[in-house]
Order: sequence, then C-alpha cells, then structure tokens
Amino acid sequence: MTDLTSLTIAEARSGLANKSFTSLELTDAHLAAMEAARSLNAFVLETPDQARAMARAIDAKITKGEGGPLAGIPLGIKDLFATKDVRTTACSKILGNFVPPYESTVTSQLWRDGAVMLGKLNNDEFAMGSSNETSCFGPVVNPWRREGSNTTLVPGGSSGGSASAVAALLCMGATATDTGGSIRQPAAFTATVGVKPTYGRCSRWGIVAFASSLDQAGPIARTTRDAAILMRSMAGHDPKDTTSVDIGVPDYEAAVGKSVKGIKIGIPKEYRLDGMPAEIEKLWTEGAGWLKAAGAELVEVSLPHTKYALPAYYIVAPAEASSNLARYDGVRYGLRVPGRSIGELYENTRAEGFGDEVRRRVMIGTYVLSAGYYDAYYLRAQKVRTLIKKDFEDCFAKGVSAILTPATPSAAFGVGEKGGADPVEMYLNDIFTVTVNMAGLPGIAVPAGKDAQGLPLGLQLIGRPFDEETLFSLGEVVEQAAGHFTPPRWW
Amino acid sequence: MNVSVKPGKLIKGQTGDWEVVIGMEVHAQVTSKSKLFSGASTEFGGEPNSHVSLVDAAMPGMLPVINEECVKQAVRTGLGLNAKINLRSVFDRKNYFYPDLPQGYQISQYKSPIVGEGEIIVELDGGKTATIGIERLHLEQDAGKSLHDQSPSMSCVDLNRSGVALMEIVSKPDIRDAEQAKAYVTKLRSILRYLGTCDGDMEKGSLRADVNVSVRKPGGPLGTRCEIKNMNSINFIGQAIEYEARRQIEIIEDGGTIDQETRLFDPNKGETRSMRSKEEAHDYRYFPDPDLLPLEFTQSYVDELKKKLPELPDQKKARFIESLGLSPYDAGVLVAERESAVFYETVLDGLADKTRDGKLAANWVINELFGRLNKEGHGITASPVSASQLAAIVGLIGEGTISGKIAKDLFEIVWTEGGDPRELVESRGMKQVTDLGAIEKVVDDIIAANPDKVAQAKAKPQLAGWFVGQVMKSSGGKANPQAVNDLLKAKLGI
Repeated sequence: MTDLTSLTIAEARSGLANKSFTSLELTDAHLAAMEAARSLNAFVLETPDQARAMARAIDAKITKGEGGPLAGIPLGIKDLFATKDVRTTACSKILGNFVPPYESTVTSQLWRDGAVMLGKLNNDEFAMGSSNETSCFGPVVNPWRREGSNTTLVPGGSSGGSASAVAALLCMGATATDTGGSIRQPAAFTATVGVKPTYGRCSRWGIVAFASSLDQAGPIARTTRDAAILMRSMAGHDPKDTTSVDIGVPDYEAAVGKSVKGIKIGIPKEYRLDGMPAEIEKLWTEGAGWLKAAGAELVEVSLPHTKYALPAYYIVAPAEASSNLARYDGVRYGLRVPGRSIGELYENTRAEGFGDEVRRRVMIGTYVLSAGYYDAYYLRAQKVRTLIKKDFEDCFAKGVSAILTPATPSAAFGVGEKGGADPVEMYLNDIFTVTVNMAGLPGIAVPAGKDAQGLPLGLQLIGRPFDEETLFSLGEVVEQAAGHFTPPRWW
Repeated sequence: MNVSVKPGKLIKGQTGDWEVVIGMEVHAQVTSKSKLFSGASTEFGGEPNSHVSLVDAAMPGMLPVINEECVKQAVRTGLGLNAKINLRSVFDRKNYFYPDLPQGYQISQYKSPIVGEGEIIVELDGGKTATIGIERLHLEQDAGKSLHDQSPSMSCVDLNRSGVALMEIVSKPDIRDAEQAKAYVTKLRSILRYLGTCDGDMEKGSLRADVNVSVRKPGGPLGTRCEIKNMNSINFIGQAIEYEARRQIEIIEDGGTIDQETRLFDPNKGETRSMRSKEEAHDYRYFPDPDLLPLEFTQSYVDELKKKLPELPDQKKARFIESLGLSPYDAGVLVAERESAVFYETVLDGLADKTRDGKLAANWVINELFGRLNKEGHGITASPVSASQLAAIVGLIGEGTISGKIAKDLFEIVWTEGGDPRELVESRGMKQVTDLGAIEKVVDDIIAANPDKVAQAKAKPQLAGWFVGQVMKSSGGKANPQAVNDLLKAKLGI
C-alpha cells in the first residue's frame, strides 16, 4: 500500500471512485508517511484521529455516491489557517496553544468538498520569512538534497511545511498562503506546483493576517492538474471578507491541457538581473522555448518599475503587519507574560512571544507609519505600488496574456546559510514574486528543471486578474515538457 | 473666519474683555441593531461580554464587514446637518494599545470622512439664533470598557460596546460662549433624535462631547486650545467652559502661557484638570484599513434616503408658525424635543378644526400640560393626560361647549381620575349654558332684584361687569359669557 502516497490527486480520485482503495487506506498511508518523516519537521501538529474519522465519514458517503470533488483526499493545512477545535498558532509562540472555535472559509470549503485533514503544517512565524527558519517550531527540512551531499536545505518559505510535505509525499496537496512569494518560492525549491491566486479570489476570513492587502491563500500540489482541482474548492466569494470578489469560480481543471496556441507571453527584460546564475537564465530560455513550441507567441515586454518593488514591499507589508499583529497583546488569548502594569504586560508578552524577524518587521512597520515618516515611506511605497500595477496593465493592454519569469533567483540553500548577518539577503529571494502581490495578480510556479547540483528550479507565470485558467493551461505545457521531479527518499 | 459667527458673551479680565473660542467633537452612538463591523447586538446593559462577536474580540483571522444600516444613518445625519455627503470615503486604522481596544487599533475615518461641511442653526435666549458650522462627520468604532473595581489585583474588560458604531461630529470653531455651546449640543441632539440616528441619551453615554476651548482678545489671533474630554451632560459642558475660559485668562493675565493639553472636568469640584499633555499624545499611525475597500455609493442612494427623511425641528417650527399661526417662541418650545412635537401633533390630529383650535392647543400643551408635568416631575411620555384627551378638552373649548375656566377643572379631573372629557362634561353637567331662555331668566331675576345697580350701570356702562359676575355666579360658571354680555347690554339699554 506504500505507493498510495505517490498518487496524484487526480489518480487518487479515480481510485477512490472505482473503489480500488478507501479514503481510510489512503489516509493511513499518509499518516504512516508523516510518522516516518518527522525529521523533516513539516507538520507541527498531526491529527490522525480526526483524519481517520473524516476518512471513514467520507468513505460512507462515497459508497452512497455522495462524495464531493475532493472526496477522500488527504491534505495538509498550513498553520496560518484557523481550524475549528484544532490548535492554530501561525507558528508563533505568542499564540501558544490557541484553539480557534471557528474554521477558516478556505478550509471549510475543502471539508465541504470531502477532503480529509492530516494535520497542521509548519511555516515561518506569521508567514514572515523565505526559508521557514523563523517558525517557533524550528526549521522545516527540504526533502531535496544536493547530489552527493548531506547538507540540510531549507524548503523556502513561508509555506515551507506545505511544500516539503507535498514534495515528500506526506500529503496529496496542501493549503498555503502567499504575501510576497510564500507559495511560489517554496514550490520552486521543492519541485512542486504552487498557485498564488488573484487578490480577492480566495477568502482571507479565518487566516491569520500578515499583510491584509497582499495575503492570498492558494494550493501547493505535485501537478498543475492537482493544483487546479484544489483551487476550485478553495476559491469563491465570501461575504465575510469584503475584499473577496463576487465572480464565478471556473472549472480550473478544464483549463489543464487546453491549447495555448496564439497566446501572447511576455518576457520582461527587467527580470534579467545582473549576476543571475546561468542555470536560471538557461531554464528561463528553455521554458520560453517549450511554450513557443506549444504555439504560444513570445514577446519581450518592459515592467520598468520592477526594481522598486522589493523595497516598496518591505514598507507596505511590515506597515500592515505592525497593525495586524497589535491584537497579540496577552489580554484575551495566547501567551501572557505578566508585568507590574499593563504596559509591562504588553512589553513582556510581545518580547517573549514574537521571534526576531517578526519583531523586526513590527518595528519597521511602526516606523514607516509614524508621524513625519508616513509620507516619505508608506505613501511613497503605495505610489510605487500603483506604478507597478500600471506596468502590468500596460503590458496586458498590448495583448499579453501572461508573463514568464524565473520563480526564484537561486535553488534551495542550506539551513542557516542566509540572512544571518543581513536580512536583505533573505528578502532578495522574493525578487521575482513580490511584484505579483503588489499588483494583486495571479501567479503560478511550476517545476521546470534542476541545477547542476540536482536541485529543482521553477518558472513563474503571471496572469491577468482572475485569469488563473490561462496559467493552468501554460503551467501544464511547462510541466509536460519538463517532466516530474521526485526527491529520492533519504529520511 | 466664518462671517456668520455670532459674537458671544465676553469675559471681563484684569486687562479687559476676552472672547472664548469653542469647537466641539460630539460622539453620537448610531442607532442600529448591530455593530459597525460585526453582527453583534448593540443593546445597552446585559452581562459583561455577552454581546461580543469573534470580530469584536479581534480573534486571529477575523475581518470587519461594514453594516449598511450604520452607513445609512450617517448619511441621514449628514443630510439633517445640511452637509455635503461624500460618495467615496475611506476607513483608516487608528493604532494604539489599550486593553479595551482588542484589535490594537480603532477603525475610523481620517482623511476621507463620509460627511463633509454642513451647518446647524441654534436657538439662543431672547429668540436669537446663531449658525454653527459643521466641519465633518465620520464613522468609527467605539472601544470596550475597562472596569477597575471588580478585582483587587486586576482590571477587567467588558467588550459589549467594543465595535459599536459612533458618529464623530466635528464643529467648526464657531462657538463663542457657554450658552452657545449648550445650545449647539441641545440642537444637535434634537436633530439626531428627530432623525432617529442616535437616541441622544447622555446618561448612558450615547452622546458625549469633547470640547476645545481657547481664549483671545476680541478679534485677535486664536489662542492655544485645551480639549476637555468626554462630557456627558449639557450643563457640565457649560460649567466646564466657564471654568476653563477663566482659568486660561488668569494664566495669560499673570504672564503665563497656555499648554496645549487634554483635560477632564470634575463635576464635584466644578473644575477642569490636566489629563495628558501634548507631548504625551499618541502617534496614532493612521493608515487606510486594508481589510476594507473604500466606502462608495451613488448620489441616487443619497437621494432615496433624503426623500424618506422625517421633518426636522427647523422645518416643523416654520410650518407651525405659518400654517397654525403659532408664535416663533411657542413653535420653538414645541419642536425642541421630538416627543413634545409628536405629542402636540397628535393633539392636532384629534382636533375637528385645526385652523380654529391649533393655536389654543399649543397654549394648552405649553402652559397647562408642560406646567403641570414640570411641577410633578414627569416627562411628556409619562403624561397622565393623553394627547387625545387634551385634544378633546381643547375641542370643547373651541366649539364653545365649555369655557376656559371650566376647561381647567376638566383638565384637573382628567389628570387625576382619567376618563373621556366629553363624557365627563355631560355626566358632571359642566356644559356651558347657551340656552338664551335660561340665561335670560337669570338676567331678569338679577336686574329685578337690584334696581339701584341698574341705575348706576345705566349712568356708567362699565358697571355692567358686576351683572356679568352675578349671572356667571348663579349659573355655576356655565353660562356662555358672550351670551350673558349681549343680553345684559340689551336689557340695561347700554
């Protein structure tokens, strides 16, 4: 039964439908894989009892022919999603043993469609990080290693647990969130497919907020088709989130395999960075070639404000975060470290409860919103954001339907290797992905090849607002051309 | 400077006269069933923390959703203040830490409020009025309540109020003395109550005011202002302004300067004291709330609300004067409180002839009813005499069935015993006698019994009054005075 974990969601869906195996068997296989892979530290909470109960319940429904689109599919849930009666911490000490009495909209839609929850996945604390090293539960380990090396590598972040677990066959798919690249960068580091939907496509209700105007939930899966299947259940208008958009959710899976003939794809010249590894450059050219071979038209485009995106992002995101994280004050829930006054209680609780990176961003955010600095930083960053958005709009107005870029400037790096002395070194990981969040656009990262050391590399496709379908069609082309990448099991 | 500003009462100092400049920020709780951004109830009272949603408690991942009823109420209020309604406004976060502020920020409107400039006309003593400009009105969340008297070692927090919608109504610095300030709050409260957008209950904290006070030499440059926070009584507002103005004048005249600061009024001592200085003021780090899209609606949305707006005190007053012939003073008294106007209009509804008796009804409501209610300490809503009873009494006078004097007795009976005034008049024989034959007999009897008085009256017609008195006396006050007069004149030949 061990190969049950290597099935794709689409394959498992058929197997469950024709009764080749039950959801309970599928779930047990994954629970066993999780247990054997604890050294990866991908799960921060395993929920085997709940998983089996959900699997049994869905098996009964499948027997009656009542299963939903995700009937019996075992998934992992990023710990940023509130799960009713199941500890939700955002991987921060400050939430302690917080158990929400509510379920996030996105996960409740997954359960509505028959999915099974295996447990909660590790992430950077409050989704702040690009390596999953800021989690209070410790770093996640990437199942990929450099050829001939035992060095532990990071899976990227902040959705490192999601990417690692999906790549290591611990779950068939996972929820993730992306504020500046937190889905796409770890997907690229682990040879998985990650989708950051258009801002407003998925409800943010019940997801621990990092930066409200940038946060968006999306799936990580092993194939483009699987990601499309998950997306359909995760997406949809939610009256409880006024920034979610009330438009219909298409059948994304139908877009997988659709011809891309005649689709105009932009190659932005500003993404060709100085000192970019030749392998990345080569991958990008290769990807463009595959799309061209499939009938797409490649054009060079210009996104002139790209270089301002990262600095502007590191003003807007911390500004919103500094305010969003004010609620963690030790008064109502989570960690409380007492003090002699209310001021001391706040200081003690937040000093003890937040990790270094979170504290750094709260301080940056507080600074850029302060009287006298607001105009110079926050307001200016918002203006830059408008210009970045306009860059893309101009591009799309010229008939470009998608933009192809590398997903990351490098392959996965070692634990403790980056950002120790200079946090900007870590921030640069998001150089290709932040623009998409700043413009509110959809983006997909698809595995496209390996570097010289055998580590996976990904390509990113950026789409028009609410046109995730084109991304699924294009992603499938890249996937078919590049093939699948599975890390050899060593854990 | 607004040219229509009415000069106020100047304050005499050692160095001459001083003028007070006042601006107000009134926080009015929006009348709505649920809170501004959550579905939780806004009901007053209730066990602590019994009206708290996940949003109000700022649980992780919770998001605000605007309550449209609160938006409508703000627009209605703006219309009632003759103000510009902004079709696009923005919610901002005002960031500060306090235990009764669960989110760590208050959602408010900073740069783009829902309502812009407007004005209200306030009534001053002696029938004078002043126009006070409105700077803006914005929507914001109320905070919860910290309770420091529940435990010896801890403070407790009640979040029932947390997230309740408030309208902050900011005046221009057009107010010039305590009387104008009191009149402003009184009139604003009256407008809000007419509109039904705030219950105006100051005791429950539904309406509270922050008062900015500064002093200057008349016509001189503006002085440094102090803000007196959280006033919840119109009288205290007056006292606080008087005290604060004198305090500032004394400091300046003694060669000192005013520090910009926030002060509190102590009603027991009748004085203001410093709460925090400008240096201690928070940096609120306002920025647009990314959880909420800008609030946008169309002009036709505003127009629809405008169509359904109730008649406001100024319009009602004008109508009472024009169509019923009331004096501006009487009309003003009747419209000042919404309940009084409602009562008076119900009386009007019960009259068979409004044009004939409308003014009489106003006199009765103001003099007899209000007088008696004040004496007994009742509010209009607790009046033992209902509007329809009073209408019946006024109707009886108007149609000549009873005299004004008898009407007062009748009012007394209705007040203490209740009952249908028409039936009471019948059953207790209080009807005015208009039967000329009956009156004539009485007149004849009195003339016959008093020949000396007849002679005197013929010589001096003013003495006929004595006969009127006699006739009324022997008819028990029920004879129609006009009929008695006419008869006497004829019989006496004067």
